[in-house]
Amino acid sequence: MEFILIIISAVFVNNILLSQFLGICPFLGVSNKLSTAAGMSMAVCFVITLATVVTYLLNMLLVNFNLEFLQTISFILVIAALVQMVEIVLKKISPALYSALGIFLPLITTNCAVLGVALTVVQKSSPFAAAADGMFNLGEAVVYAFATSLGFGLAMVLFAGLREQLSLNNVPKAFKGVPIALVTASILAMAFMGFSGLV
Amino acid sequence: MTGGFEMGKLQLITKGLIKENPTFVLLLGMCPTLATTTSAINGMSMGLATMFVLVLSNMAISLIAPYVPDKVRIPSYIVVIATFVTVLELVMKAYVPDVYETLGLFIPLIVVNCIVLGRAEAFANKNNVIDSALDGLGIGLGFTVSLTVLGLVRELLGNLSLFDWKFAESDGILAFVLAPGAFLALGYLIVIFRKLTSKKAE
Repeated sequence: MEFILIIISAVFVNNILLSQFLGICPFLGVSNKLSTAAGMSMAVCFVITLATVVTYLLNMLLVNFNLEFLQTISFILVIAALVQMVEIVLKKISPALYSALGIFLPLITTNCAVLGVALTVVQKSSPFAAAADGMFNLGEAVVYAFATSLGFGLAMVLFAGLREQLSLNNVPKAFKGVPIALVTASILAMAFMGFSGLV
Repeated sequence: MTGGFEMGKLQLITKGLIKENPTFVLLLGMCPTLATTTSAINGMSMGLATMFVLVLSNMAISLIAPYVPDKVRIPSYIVVIATFVTVLELVMKAYVPDVYETLGLFIPLIVVNCIVLGRAEAFANKNNVIDSALDGLGIGLGFTVSLTVLGLVRELLGNLSLFDWKFAESDGILAFVLAPGAFLALGYLIVIFRKLTSKKAE
């Protein structure tokens, strides 16, 4: 039951893009076409889930040695190394998947969604944790990371669909490109606000 | 000759405000821009925090750049940036814990702010220390001003206050403090900025 709560809350109520503002760069950058948006979402989903598991375990080590202040620096290194490794492994094992996700993988290192989720999960103030001390256990962390990236995918695909339609319309010159996308995102965010209070 | 030289230095600082404004022209660092500008003060503190990291990392990177092999430059820049972000985190936790609490997650996330890595890659690794510091200062200033303006607009419409000074009793349009208002205000500010700068160019 609490897993379902975590999922609903991370996908709809606290959507990573539309209410937490993490990973806005790909949200505005690669949402011109539905197919690229879907590819990016899949790559992000894969990396966020994997990175959260690894950084969660790494954090246990850091806490053990009282080195929590190294969280930021060690997490970003681990994420960068992980993305590289995923790229190499994917190239070898599944060329089809690699050609689908390949171009997006290097971009993900500097996607703040990955580091953001990894840091949220290990911080005490996690809003949806079930345990008494407010910390996620490993299972909840994985579910939360996966659900968050599902939310990312949902918002990405919805937004890309909207932008594909939008590109056919005439917009004022000053609104061309990002501004009209931002106004559209605002309406989408307003729609997602309707989910607040659900959990 | 010296006059031209001085002008060049001044230009490094002022270009971040209009010509290469990171928020309204280059559209970089959107996450903190949207997330932390719930009020003018918050926006300004985020801008200043980023400026701190930007200046120091630009200086450090321009010093180490000649010795870093080309292949590993991005990871090494990220480590340099992450070091300064950790310094900033510890300093803020010690001296301004309230601000640190408000900005929360977005302080460590300066590491992945594309503005910082972008300036390292585009400017600091090709220029000397002083120019790099000034470039960091200029871009940081542009970022701070844009965030303050965006924060000001959202605070004004959403809460009817200016820099935390509430001038009217009634409530504002709450949506402007929440997520949708962030997107909307930024979108319209970019439009206004484009209109103003294109008029100037003509």
